[in-house]
Order: sequence, then C-alpha cells, then structure tokens
Amino acid sequence: MYVAGIDMGAKYVKVVVLDDGQIKSKSISLSGFNLTESAERTFNDALESGGISKDEIKHITSTGVGKKEVPFRNDEITQVGAAAKGATFLFPNSRTIIEVGAEEGKALRCDERGRVMDFVVNEKCAAGAGAFTEAMSRALEIPLEEMGPLSLKSENAVPMNAQCAVFAESEVVTLVHAKTAKQDIARAIHDAMASRISSMTRRLSIEKDVALIGGLARNVGFVESLKRDLNMDLLVPEDPDYVGALGAALAARERAEGG
Amino acid sequence: MATTDSEYWRWKEYNWKDPEMDWNDAEFITAGVDVGSVSSQAVIILDGKLYAYSNMRTGSSSPDSAKNAMNWALEDTGLEIEKIQYVVGTGYGRVNVPFADRAITEIACHGRGANYMYGPSVRTVLDMGGQDCKAIRTDERGKVTAFLMNDKCAAGTGRGMEVFADLLGIHIEKVGEESFKVEKEPPPVSSTCVVFAKSEATGLLREGWPKNKVLAAYCSAMAHRVVTLLERLGVEKEFAITGGIAKNIGVVKRIEKELGITALDVKLDTQIAGALGGALFAKALWEKQQKAG
Amino acid sequence: MLANYGYKDGSGEYFITIDTDKCDSCGKCAEVCPPKILALVADPFDPLSEKEVPLVIEAERKKIKYTCGPCKPVDKSKTEPCIEACEPCAITHSW
Repeated sequence: MYVAGIDMGAKYVKVVVLDDGQIKSKSISLSGFNLTESAERTFNDALESGGISKDEIKHITSTGVGKKEVPFRNDEITQVGAAAKGATFLFPNSRTIIEVGAEEGKALRCDERGRVMDFVVNEKCAAGAGAFTEAMSRALEIPLEEMGPLSLKSENAVPMNAQCAVFAESEVVTLVHAKTAKQDIARAIHDAMASRISSMTRRLSIEKDVALIGGLARNVGFVESLKRDLNMDLLVPEDPDYVGALGAALAARERAEGG
Repeated sequence: MATTDSEYWRWKEYNWKDPEMDWNDAEFITAGVDVGSVSSQAVIILDGKLYAYSNMRTGSSSPDSAKNAMNWALEDTGLEIEKIQYVVGTGYGRVNVPFADRAITEIACHGRGANYMYGPSVRTVLDMGGQDCKAIRTDERGKVTAFLMNDKCAAGTGRGMEVFADLLGIHIEKVGEESFKVEKEPPPVSSTCVVFAKSEATGLLREGWPKNKVLAAYCSAMAHRVVTLLERLGVEKEFAITGGIAKNIGVVKRIEKELGITALDVKLDTQIAGALGGALFAKALWEKQQKAG
Repeated sequence: MLANYGYKDGSGEYFITIDTDKCDSCGKCAEVCPPKILALVADPFDPLSEKEVPLVIEAERKKIKYTCGPCKPVDKSKTEPCIEACEPCAITHSW
C-alpha cells in the first residue's frame, strides 16, 4: 500500500512516498510563491521517480506552514506531530527533537511511541531560524552550502552582538572590513544561532537521545556549534529536511490502516 | 534658527548660536555632548538656557566626534572649553567623551531635553532613530517615570525603513509622501520581522501591487508596531515624536491616527534633545557639587 | 520609574519591568539570577538620585527571551527566581 506525506515548508516543499513502511520515493523543490502549484509539482516528481500512479496512493497527509495549500490532501498533521513521528521512526530512542527550518525553530519532547509531551517554538523572527544563516551567507558572500564546512576550519571564537538578522548583516560586513577571517565569522554566525536554539531547547527538560532535524541539520557547522552549546551528542539523519514529510507519510499510513 | 535637511541619513552638518546671549554674563556654563551611532551633537547652555549647538556626523572615533562637535558648537562664541563648568556625555558613545565630567544614559537626557523643548506639559516622548526606538514617559520636571527601548530588532527603526526603500527603489526622503499615493489604505504587512516582511512584500509585488501600496502597507505596519510598544507604557498627552523617523510623515501620520493623538510641533531641532538634556543635567550636577563643597 | 528592559520582535514581546519606586535595593534578585543578567547599581536613568536599583545589564538586553528561557520551563514547574526573590514585588516579566 502506498501513502504519501507532504511537508509544505516556508522555503521547500518535501514529499515522501511510503510503501508498507519503506520509503519508496521522495522529492523536494522550492516553495516559491504559488504553494499549490509547488505541492502538485513536487508530488508528481515523487510519483514519477517511484514509478507510481496517483490512483495507487491510498492516503495523503500534509504538514508544514502551508499544509492547507494542498488541495489533494486527505488530511493534515501538525508540524510538531510530524517531526515526532518522523524522528522516532528513524531514531526510536530519541526523546528530544530539535527542528530548525527556514523560518522556524522548534524543540519538542516525546514519549517512546512518538507522542508529543511538550514543545516550544520560535517563529516570526528570522534570528532563530534558517533565514538567519541564509542572510548571513549573503552578507559574507559565501554560498550557503559552503558555510558549514568553512566554519569547521575556524579556531577562533569571535562574538556576535546583533540578535537581529538585519543588524547582524551590518555586523558581518564590519567584521569583514576589520579583516576577520571568514571562517571565524562563519563560526560566529553558527555559534550565535546555536546559542539561541539551545536556550529555547532548555525550556524543556532535555531527555536523551536528542535528534536534530530540519534543513539546518544539513549545515555541519551549525550542528557542531549546537553540540558544543548543548554539550551533548546529536542524532542527525541522512536526509534531515525530509523528516517532517516522512512523519506526515507515517501518519497517512496509520490513518489509511485505521480506516 | 538653523534647520536641518529633510533627509536623515544624508543631511547637512550645522551649528547655531543665540546672537542675543553673552556667556560673560552667565553664572552657569554647562554642556552636553551626545555621541550617537550616526550623528553627534554638542549643546551649550547658559544658566539653563540654550545658547549654542552643533550637529555633525559621527566619525569612526567617538572621542574625536565628541571633540569636533564641541569645537564646532564653540565656534565664533569666543568661549573656551575650559570655561565650561560641567560637561555630560550621552548617547551610544557616552563613555568615550574625553572631556565629560559624567556619562548619563540617552533615555534620562532625552526626557529632560524634551521637557525643555516641548515644555513641562510633555508626558510621552517617542524617539525613533536609525537603529533603535525608545519610548519615554516623563513628569513635569522632565524626570523619567517609565521607559522602554528597543534596539534588538530592526523592525520599527529607520533601518527597517531603509531596507524597504531599497527593495522598492524609492528614495528614503520620499517614502512618507509616496506612501499616501494610494486609493485606499491597504492592510498592513503582516510580518514584523524585516527579513520576513521583505519576502512578503516581494510576494505582493508579484501579485501586482503597485510600489506605493506596498510602501503604505509597510508604513502602517511600522506605525502599528510602534503604537503597541507605546501602549506598554501608556500614552498620555502631550505627546512628541523625535528622531529620524519623525521626518517620515508616512509613519508619523499613521501613528497619530492609530493613537488618536496629534504629536506636538516644535521649532527647535529635535535631534539635539539628548545633548540638551545632558547640558541641563550638567547644570543640576554642577550646582549639587558646589553645594556639597 | 517603570524601567522596561528587553525588546519586541516578530516572535513576541520580551520585557523585564523593574518598578524602581517599589524596589527596596536589597539586591536579592541579582544574587539569585542564574545567568547573572541583573546588577544592582545607582539608577542610570535617574542621575539626580543615588538610590541603587537592579537593571538588566546592557549586553543581555537584546537576548532575554533566550537567556531567561531556562528559568521559564514550558511545563511551568517553577517561577522565575528574580520574581520570587523580590519581596516588594517590583519585578515582572511580560512573557
């Protein structure tokens, strides 16, 4: 039986198709301005790469900020619900899950069955989300995907004072003018982000294992900074940005089975 | 009276003195120097009355900016800095004013300065600068009774407006009037965060909104944001708006409309409020010091 | 004086309000604050007074939402120590 999960993120749409609990295919594309169109396109891409026709999909569950923009969905699941399901499927021992996406940072605590006990969200402020690193990579004139590896080369921690993405851009430019090494600036950026995410997470009673998911988990520099700030190891899946879509697909399967 | 250019980020530097006054007749000669992140002012008062001032761009060094502003305020007065009995430094660079006897926060100086400028009936002062937004409540003596300052977030500061002026390709000076060139007031931009508001605006432009309409939506969002900040303190009349954004009617008119209060008008240049308050504190502190012997 | 330290950003309003008229200058709030963001000093917003009052130190004012986070567990299992320590109830948090 095929089911699908669609995660309508602020920056990317992600689709996961499950075949009896195994990932059959997946697809990702930019959300853009027309969310419905992006949802259809990404969904069709996933069907095509899996060689499946739309009629074969028994149930479709959407999640993410734009979850209501998917006209062909059967139902929806909250973002924290999808994160918990997806992360505990990949790492059954994870009890605390941190998700950092383009526009939101979240932390949640769940039980062994992936049920959410508590959660905390940072939204509507770019300083606590991926949009921050993106703005900083522009200010630093370093492609976003190079920011992580670059910051790992840093051996100097330089402080960043600005707590706003707009003011931090000016601070980065000032640091560049002061001939601060770009790798040190990149680390400062990730350290600043990590410190905000870890303080947010500390509002929960952190229980191990701790998993990190969402697009920012692809950034090795941020992952290192967060591990250092939390002073603990983090479980990071291979495809951290698909975890929400995976969670939605798992919900779709439960719902299809439950009738 | 010297007036400033209507721009707030590319303005003319200037100085002024009252030709009717003579420092030789004064018992108390005190001064305030406000070293801000963008501009620096020096104000000299004689027996508590405004005598001379200057307004200049802040350079890379705070001590030099303070010295330059002071020297320019002193120009053509025949007065020397040694004759000034007490100097208060204020503003962002207040601890770096080499000739200051004491450093005092901008908030305290601003409240005191506004009390002089607008008269003792002023109760609420909103100061919107390039990088911060302050709200101050004062009593009839200019003592601060409540305040808040927001310098963490760019929304609600001149910087946020610059980002929008850039995005829309409209000169910062023209933003106010352009924002009124709409048939109907659009709903405000819903994101507060400048980064997210910018993507929201990009979306609106793609939908075919004219630039002026997007600008109107942003000005009204900024006005609303400032009003909610003010509401934390409670707004009591008389109400005054100072700082760079005071020159942007697109924001000012919308704040007035939302509050249902018209801001006071003043002949004096509001940019000197901080330095003027500093000079007034300098007089009070000098007198206190003399009494203590 | 109602001194408001903190900020408002897109995610909400985060202000620590200190009522300096109610404050009795005991300094307990600063002692108990785990991240040490409060300090007892001569009131910098009232230069003609010599009363010592607590303030949120300047370097911390832009990040109290985060720094104060651990004192505000989501399960509401404890009260903020600064608020609890203040006998005249001069400290409030907006969030």
